[in-house]
Amino acid sequence: MASENVKTFTDANFGEEVKNGVVLVDFWATWCAPCRRIAPIVDQLAEEYNGKLTVAKVDIDENPMTPSKFMVRGIPTLLLFKNGDLKETIVGLETKDRLAQMIDKHL
Amino acid sequence: MSTVSSHTRSVIIIGSGPAGLTAALYASRANLKPLLIEGIEAGGQLMLTTLVENYPGFSAGVMGPDLMAQMRAQAEHFGAEILQGDVSAVQLSKRPFTVHVDQSVYTAEALIIATGASAKWLDLGVDKKLSGRGVSTCATCDGFFFKGLPVAVVGGGDTAMEEAIYLSKLATSVTVIHRRDTLRASKVMQDKAMSTPNISFMWNTEVVDIKDLDQGKVTSLVLRDTRTGEKSELAVDGVFIGIGHTPNTALFKGQLAMHDNGYLRTHDGSRTSVPGVFAAGDVQDHIYRQAVTAAGSGCMAAIDAERFLSGTLHESTHETVEARL
Repeated sequence: MASENVKTFTDANFGEEVKNGVVLVDFWATWCAPCRRIAPIVDQLAEEYNGKLTVAKVDIDENPMTPSKFMVRGIPTLLLFKNGDLKETIVGLETKDRLAQMIDKHL
Repeated sequence: MSTVSSHTRSVIIIGSGPAGLTAALYASRANLKPLLIEGIEAGGQLMLTTLVENYPGFSAGVMGPDLMAQMRAQAEHFGAEILQGDVSAVQLSKRPFTVHVDQSVYTAEALIIATGASAKWLDLGVDKKLSGRGVSTCATCDGFFFKGLPVAVVGGGDTAMEEAIYLSKLATSVTVIHRRDTLRASKVMQDKAMSTPNISFMWNTEVVDIKDLDQGKVTSLVLRDTRTGEKSELAVDGVFIGIGHTPNTALFKGQLAMHDNGYLRTHDGSRTSVPGVFAAGDVQDHIYRQAVTAAGSGCMAAIDAERFLSGTLHESTHETVEARL
């Protein structure tokens, strides 16, 4: 189950939601098996960085505009934004430690 | 996520595909209280497949991810502990062996390596840079993004055919690019691919470059005819690589004997070049590479590890292994 600290972004609110602070967005879909592997790691990051990092998910089936805008053509893809600017793109699977190191650089 | 009570174990299993989970099942039933470290690609290659029709016991087939969930639950049912994490280093020069996982260190008297194999890339450099930008090794993951667009598949084996067939339902056209003039794929898969109207084949052709790094997405492939050397360009929005697998043995370089192709060498069942270290599944098998052979070798590794720990693993293995029920 997704952590309550993980928000859900949509095509409608995406631009507004990533405007402030450091935001990690997980692009996923229900049919994507590797997405299910990274989901618990994203949940744990949301817990551990609660208050310092906004963590959100975008279901690409329901929100096709946002992945297309950021040229996401494979999932899972994680994008990290700082005050609205795209800072990092992680395609595929990654360990929690390495994701944490990447997040720490931008906090 | 399971909590790990003790950092010292009799058996640690690295990898969570059919080999690792079957080893965990047998080791837990033998009361060895194994710790299994699942790795970044938890569940292994079957997690990326759809219907598996050749795993015995499922007459109507079974979905790869469902099969892995069942194997996992079965191992856990008998007490195997599964740790989410990726092994960053191992030390095999003396016992107990040490296994580093993120910031923690675990030790074990016996080790079962079931780290499997991962999809091979083209070795162009550019293919990895455009990963997630139109280059993919997983059609079922990324095919979605190419609805109504032309794509290419590189390779001539079962993986490549499976990807081409899957993609043919989404993409406008699928061009299979293969270095040779015949396919390695099984007859069933070949027939399926060749009878699909929007799949075409380019024989004796290799990919020499993928464009366009500047635009940050795939726009075309630069191809070379392997006989004439003539170059051509094929406009596609996506390219799926299905050229085989490479064993996940980087952790063991210089510590365990390997074949020239990087697969672990085993002898007398599942034994590696270091006593107490056993290997199972695709990491030591570049020939069969089936879910059922991986599971079988995982069982062998657990039995070998159990005998090693009890001091009854003999130099020769001519004795009969009694049935375990």
